[in-house]
Amino acid sequence: MNLSAIVAAVLAWPYLWPLVFVLVIVLVLPLVAGYIVLVERKVMADMQVRLGPMRVGPHGLLQPIADAVKLLLKEDIIPESADKAIFWGAPLVSVTAAMLALAAIPIGPFFQIADLNIGLLYVLGISALGIFGIVFGGWASNSHYSLLGALRSAAQLLSYETSAGLAIVSALLLAGTLSMRGIVQVQDDEGVWLIFAAPIGFFIYLVASIAETNRAPFDMPEAESELVAGYMTEYSGFRWALYFLAEYTNMIVVSAIATTLFLGGWLRPFAGTSLFNFLDFFPPLSLLGVAVYCLYRAPKQPVAVQKMFMVGVSGLCAVVALILAAPLLAPSGSFLAGAKDGLHGGFWFLLKVSTYIYVFMWLRFTFPRYRFDQLMRLGWQFLVPLSIANVMGVAGALVLHRQFGWGRVPSFGLSVIFTLAVAAYLLTVGENPPHTREGKEEEIAGNA
Amino acid sequence: MPPSDIRGSNVETTVLGADEIILNMGPQHPSTHGVLRVKLFLDGEKVVKSECVIGYLHRGVEKIAEHRSYQQFAPYVDRMDYVAAVSNGLGYCEAVEKLMGVEAPPRARVIRTILTEMQRIASHLFWLGTHALDIGALTPLFYCLREREEILKIFEKYCGARLTTHAFRIGGLQYEAYDELEKDVERFCQGFDKRVDEYEALLTQNRIWVGRTKGIGIISAADAIAMGVTGPVLRASGVEWDLRKAAPYAAYDQYKFKIPTEKTGDTYDRYLVRMEEMRQSRLICLQAIENIPAGPILGKVGKVLKPPPGEVYHAIEAPKGELGYYIVSDGTTQPYRVRIRPPSLINLEALDQMIRGHLVADVVAIIGTLDIVLGEVDR
Repeated sequence: MNLSAIVAAVLAWPYLWPLVFVLVIVLVLPLVAGYIVLVERKVMADMQVRLGPMRVGPHGLLQPIADAVKLLLKEDIIPESADKAIFWGAPLVSVTAAMLALAAIPIGPFFQIADLNIGLLYVLGISALGIFGIVFGGWASNSHYSLLGALRSAAQLLSYETSAGLAIVSALLLAGTLSMRGIVQVQDDEGVWLIFAAPIGFFIYLVASIAETNRAPFDMPEAESELVAGYMTEYSGFRWALYFLAEYTNMIVVSAIATTLFLGGWLRPFAGTSLFNFLDFFPPLSLLGVAVYCLYRAPKQPVAVQKMFMVGVSGLCAVVALILAAPLLAPSGSFLAGAKDGLHGGFWFLLKVSTYIYVFMWLRFTFPRYRFDQLMRLGWQFLVPLSIANVMGVAGALVLHRQFGWGRVPSFGLSVIFTLAVAAYLLTVGENPPHTREGKEEEIAGNA
Repeated sequence: MPPSDIRGSNVETTVLGADEIILNMGPQHPSTHGVLRVKLFLDGEKVVKSECVIGYLHRGVEKIAEHRSYQQFAPYVDRMDYVAAVSNGLGYCEAVEKLMGVEAPPRARVIRTILTEMQRIASHLFWLGTHALDIGALTPLFYCLREREEILKIFEKYCGARLTTHAFRIGGLQYEAYDELEKDVERFCQGFDKRVDEYEALLTQNRIWVGRTKGIGIISAADAIAMGVTGPVLRASGVEWDLRKAAPYAAYDQYKFKIPTEKTGDTYDRYLVRMEEMRQSRLICLQAIENIPAGPILGKVGKVLKPPPGEVYHAIEAPKGELGYYIVSDGTTQPYRVRIRPPSLINLEALDQMIRGHLVADVVAIIGTLDIVLGEVDR
């Protein structure tokens, strides 16, 4: 058997590309999560008139690596009264569940580990398992702060999974398939992203996904000013970092779900309109812009190493820009031109996911935190009824559109108006009742 | 502690007959503003009762006073409420002046007023930032610190120190105002109104903020008076009581300003009162810099202070409430006894009554709204 035959056999092996993708995800994800933390700190700094991390590498670009090294070298403390085995394993449950969920998500039409026909169901089910890691960790820590944090987390996930699920149902009604790839395909065929058909569904999913990932303003489980660090209070070192990794992976997962369901997945804006084909030049040009900017900033770095690093970052961006530009420049019909969808799809997908994550950060640094009972009230008394109304509205619009032959705009416009009316009704009726302390007044005053 | 049963052993039974959870908040906790320890008796997340444990920062300031001369003790009071050191110093200097029967010259009194009002703004800014942080709004803290920094820079230019300033001396001032003091204060005041609008834009109408603060930690005017609560906490309950008007000191009788009050006495009202107080302090500063009288800055006091035997109580309206100094002199160079009435300690005593029946999340909001500084609580 000669070499080319071996290569051909390997290439034909159906598990080859999934295996490569698994490796990429497992190796790259911690790095990506670390850099999301860096971006978050930079965004926070920008909103708070500060600079953020600036010491490690130019503009703090090496900070995540320094953090990872620090966390790896830290002592792994297990409290004496903790349930050791569960304490040890709980973060692994969280992080594994979060990573497994990425398996069914298509990052571009090519980069997907497995295209399950029940892909969406799988992602939802697996990512919900992560809560076990939090509950186990909170329980095993044997600390009141951890326990309260874990209980809050479980209750919160249950409440908001309901409305998130119903928001997803509205998108599923429109797409008619559970396959992640199929959902994007439908949006490509119809020529419209589902966010325009079910904007309120998207809004509900946005709120619910923030709550599900325990991010501010719904970060009750780890509310630092109340519960110190919630379920992570007793954790330190790398075990703590694993929880962090799980949290950020979960953010990526919910953003990916939202992108796939509502924002057209890997599709370019106006994918079907040839008039907007110039948008194909946006991916390489934007990266080229970053490269040029880095090169321009390089001489202004104070230390020689930082100058070199900046040039390196610039070069990296330029290379990626070149890769993205190659399919556009190559003659049509060649292999490279055929790779355009795969490459550009990945770019657009990641851009949408990043935007979604940016919204997470933006909200986090703008709003105060909800109180737990207010969070529950918002979930059950506003979001759940609203998402039910949304499902009804979308279903009605589909009936109008398919059975009665109404146009898309009037039928879906009617459904949006219906859902908004329900929202307005819920807001007026479900106004937070004035907070009253429980118990009799004299008991509270302590004079009884 | 006002309610009598707090230290008692009457463990109340909870709804399901389960035992209460005892949650030890502090002394190391991110939002107890220092080393306050609050023992919370919880039914689920509801606070059944609470118990404050203080004294982790006790340094014996009052005892130290008995072994220092009058001037020597002045820097120590800066370390009580270290967020508003200038106000502490003003109270002490005026108390000793009262004891000795001397008065600071007009120029010194006006400059004292300006710096003290700047300090009030700085203290309220710090309160706003940390209070918002406790409730989960991360960003206002940095905006507040940005403005506070400008005030601290003015202090630094004036006396060389930023935090524990020791800005005043018994009998007047040690340092003449530097040349651009008026300009610096004016520049700050001109821009500051818009900055307060900015904070209000972030918080005042914010649904989450209103939901977290309205109706939380209500204390009625009668209860507040009974417990000796003073300052913005008292004014938010509807009592128009401000020592700057009730018993004017420094140069406050020369300026026009309003005493902001609210009605219900909840956390939201205390927030509104302090926001308005910052605006009023700004107005006082603007009035004061218009006309700073010329003249000496130090009254006729000797190098060695020997007040006649006797006692005096002098109180000022510190940013946190009534800050009183009770000094007994036996005719020597050292005070026989100094008793300090710190507003934080007295206000903190209302905590238990305010948090009963609320949730754990409200406890941090209420501790924040009391604006305590543990250096002052423990002394």
